[in-house]
Amino acid sequence: MKKDKLRNGKVLFSDYSLGEGVRKALTLSRDDILFEVKDSKLKGRGGAGFPVSTKWMLGAAAIAERKYIICNADEGEPGTFKDRVLLVEYPELVFEGMIIAGYAIGAKYGIVYLRGEYEYIRKSLEDYLNLMRNENLLGKNILGKEGFDFDIKIHLGSSAYVCGEETALIESLEGNRGEARNRPPYPVNTGFMGMPTSVNNVETLSCIPHIILKGGDWYRNLGTDKSTGTKLFSVSGDCERPDVYEWEWGITINEILEKVGAKNTKAVQVGGASGICVPKSQFDRKISYEDIPTGGSIIIFDENRDMLKVLKNFMEFFVEESCGQCTPCRIGNVKLLEGVKMIENEQYTFAYLDKLKDLAKTMQIASKCGLGQSSPNSFISILENFKNEIFYHENGVENGK
Amino acid sequence: MENKKNGRAPISQKPHRIEKPEHPEYIGGSVKIQINEKEVTVPLGTTILEACKQNNVHIPTLCHHEDLCIAGVCRVCVVEIENARTLQASCAFPITAPIKIKTATPKVRKARKHIIDLLLSEHYGECYSCFRNNNCELQSLAKEYGVDHYNFGHIEKPRYKIDNSSYSVVRDMDKCILCKRCVRTCIDLQEVGVLEAIGRGDATHIGTFFDKQLSDVICINCGQCINRCPTGALRANDPRDEIWKAIDDPNKHVIIQTAPSPRAAIGEEFGLEAGHSMTGELNTALRRIGFDKVFDTNFTADLTIMEEGTELILRLYNALVNGVDANKVPQFTSCSPGWVKYLEHFYPEYIDNLSTAKSPQQMFGAVIKTFYAQEAKINPADIVTVAVMPCSAKKFECNRPEMVDSGFKDVDFGLTTRELAQMIKETGIFLPELPKSSFDDPFGEASGAGVIFGATGGVMEAALRTVIELVTGKKVENLFENANITPLRGFEGIRYVELNIEEVGEVPEMYKKYFSNWEWLKGATLKVAVAHGTANAKKVMEDIKAGGKFSECHFIEFMGCPGGCIGGGGQPIPTNAEIRAKRAEAIYKEDEGMPIRKSHENPHISYIYEKFLPEGPCGHKSHKLLHTTYTKRGEYIA
Repeated sequence: MKKDKLRNGKVLFSDYSLGEGVRKALTLSRDDILFEVKDSKLKGRGGAGFPVSTKWMLGAAAIAERKYIICNADEGEPGTFKDRVLLVEYPELVFEGMIIAGYAIGAKYGIVYLRGEYEYIRKSLEDYLNLMRNENLLGKNILGKEGFDFDIKIHLGSSAYVCGEETALIESLEGNRGEARNRPPYPVNTGFMGMPTSVNNVETLSCIPHIILKGGDWYRNLGTDKSTGTKLFSVSGDCERPDVYEWEWGITINEILEKVGAKNTKAVQVGGASGICVPKSQFDRKISYEDIPTGGSIIIFDENRDMLKVLKNFMEFFVEESCGQCTPCRIGNVKLLEGVKMIENEQYTFAYLDKLKDLAKTMQIASKCGLGQSSPNSFISILENFKNEIFYHENGVENGK
Repeated sequence: MENKKNGRAPISQKPHRIEKPEHPEYIGGSVKIQINEKEVTVPLGTTILEACKQNNVHIPTLCHHEDLCIAGVCRVCVVEIENARTLQASCAFPITAPIKIKTATPKVRKARKHIIDLLLSEHYGECYSCFRNNNCELQSLAKEYGVDHYNFGHIEKPRYKIDNSSYSVVRDMDKCILCKRCVRTCIDLQEVGVLEAIGRGDATHIGTFFDKQLSDVICINCGQCINRCPTGALRANDPRDEIWKAIDDPNKHVIIQTAPSPRAAIGEEFGLEAGHSMTGELNTALRRIGFDKVFDTNFTADLTIMEEGTELILRLYNALVNGVDANKVPQFTSCSPGWVKYLEHFYPEYIDNLSTAKSPQQMFGAVIKTFYAQEAKINPADIVTVAVMPCSAKKFECNRPEMVDSGFKDVDFGLTTRELAQMIKETGIFLPELPKSSFDDPFGEASGAGVIFGATGGVMEAALRTVIELVTGKKVENLFENANITPLRGFEGIRYVELNIEEVGEVPEMYKKYFSNWEWLKGATLKVAVAHGTANAKKVMEDIKAGGKFSECHFIEFMGCPGGCIGGGGQPIPTNAEIRAKRAEAIYKEDEGMPIRKSHENPHISYIYEKFLPEGPCGHKSHKLLHTTYTKRGEYIA
């Protein structure tokens, strides 16, 4: 399929034609694929950064009557829209990644858990799946490979943020309330319907066909030592060219700001609402697992923004989006938001704010799932990095309002 | 907890337990771990909480309950595992690797304190105006962690309306801490599925289908959620004020009947260990409180056995000999109002299988306001009957519109064990120190068969003691030592027993109008089963639906609550398997000590049939007074 080239990138946004990855993968053994992925050192792109090969090898080793590959397309992190670009413009990468994962792990069933708001993409994805079925990229004995059956269905979520967490996603798929499960056991062992399940992000899966085609070594040479390959960035906020970009890991914030035409930037929120807020003094830091890891959301704030409002917005988000099952996340976020409002109304004491920061640290380690564990990040980082602005109303080049 | 496959509970709320190996001593069956630097070996799959308990390391818990599947949501039980980034909930973490656990590090202590502070900040109300004062797990935790002020504030206004629509269960969601024990009780332990969390984040609350009031959903009133609620969010609908009013009214003749299970458990409310039967002391206490008469529910339990046993024999005769109404076999017991409502909702097509005999509580009400009123020459309109029951569903039962066969409301109030204990305390009585006294006549004497109604399998045992003797003409003692039909006892969820009727005896006088000999039962195998807890009842019902072995049963005892009445929703809090076993023990002990152990041998039973119900069991008058009808409710109406 030939299409107009909109984007440029070294991996995901490079040239690719339908079926290439699967065709190559089916000439390899399952172990070869697993080791190729291991060589690439690819990590999960949803944000947590779990090594893909480890997850897949556990999945491949599991013995069960059925296994599932789930593509996590519940892209809900504020400021993230890269998966949408992949699903709209590069569906072949996503689906082929799932097929290859199915082949490597021994799964016959693929499910795309699509964010509720992306319902409008569903039709085009279904059409694309039909096209792939016609080409025998899906279905029985794929591309003539005897005994390899795989098919994909699309499941629409209901737009709960927590359902991006893999176990909550599985709960939701099973028709239950979206709530994170206790782990262990992990989904790769006891997942969808109690069967071994590999849940991977859209972007992670999209990398797979390229890694299979060009090799793990090639991929590993991109990026940094611990953060290999490239990353999609959803850049939004105060800049001239907000968009989705593919850059190598290790890029500094300064470089990003220059590429997207951001001026007078005061702060950059890396990793969405659950990420951290980086002040100007730290713009030379690198985006990588070694320094600032991210799922790809870059929100740029220029000097006109009020950081307290930014923080309040994030905290309101978590108060609403916590699934409500565990205490630290459900009530903790309410308390943090109350703290923000106290600052807003100038009715705070530093002693109480210190108590809240302490509470935030408890939330980071005692919450049941990643949502609660990461929800205090912006509270901690914004209050720390912008204290001059927030508490002393300093109007300066560095932190001024 | 077993891993149920057909339950209504989401997998997230089911135990993700790794099956423990059969032989932990074999290589790979156990794992060596460290708890606070002490090395211990535990079977693979043991949770951290269990491992700590076995090694006398105390870990606070709140959402954890032994009877329920794992939730891991309150996070109070977090511990630190070496090299883990986050703290882990010890109740939910199965040990599969040689981990090093620390249970009281600064991080852990601080996290627990934070969690308690957070829960308190949203827990509306004050302890001294709460019925769970001094028996509240949140309160004890606050004490354990030295909470002396509200670190993160305290909610000042109620957020929810108290739902007291149900006759049985009152929900005060302002006291709810979202531990979800009630949810897990309802959807997993009982598999009824009325309660679930609704809303997200800050707006999360426990609610019913579309947040309807409890009286408008398919709640079976079993009250198991009350027994497991750690706070005062759930309680029974308390009639104490009205009962006091009746007692204080000189024109009212207030009669109380006590069931065996409250007597076996009420001591717990006064600090005694489970398993002390307080029958005699309770009689004294009730008189001191001011009840005019104290009767024993066991008397009508005996009456129930006569009616229900006769009904069974007649159903069998109809089905086996006359070939009519075969669908009415197996006969289901009907003395558990939780079970009855469960069947009405979930299996309305089997309503004909329910014994039409009323429960002992309701029979008593009808008998008191007719027979007793007549004998004692009291206007039944002036009689107030109170029933002390281990049960919250009994409150619903006595308010069923059809339960007015005496011409009045047969039983005016259902009182739980907990509420009665409260009344005794209010009177200034310390129950365990009271002298013993006996029940009042004319219903003073009851058999041991009535006593064991309280434990799962008891109704069946009581019925068999009578049916066997009536049919074979021989003593039960010939078949079972000391008349203890032990295969029916115990706490296994479902029990199945077959009895061969090898010989038959003379037909007793009262049955001669139905048939002249027992030949039709000779050589037959009587198949009976016992199920307790509606989750087990569901299994049996599904088996019957599928035509399995239970569909060939003749008589099945169902109890709505796990453990039977001794584990009822009106019993003292807390409850667990050990406590229930001790209560059952107390009940079986009381039975063994009784001079009469079989319902048909109770002379007062003969007397009432002679004087008041001359047509005998299942005769016209007993049908009017002692039998009832049921409603096909289905899943969508209350």
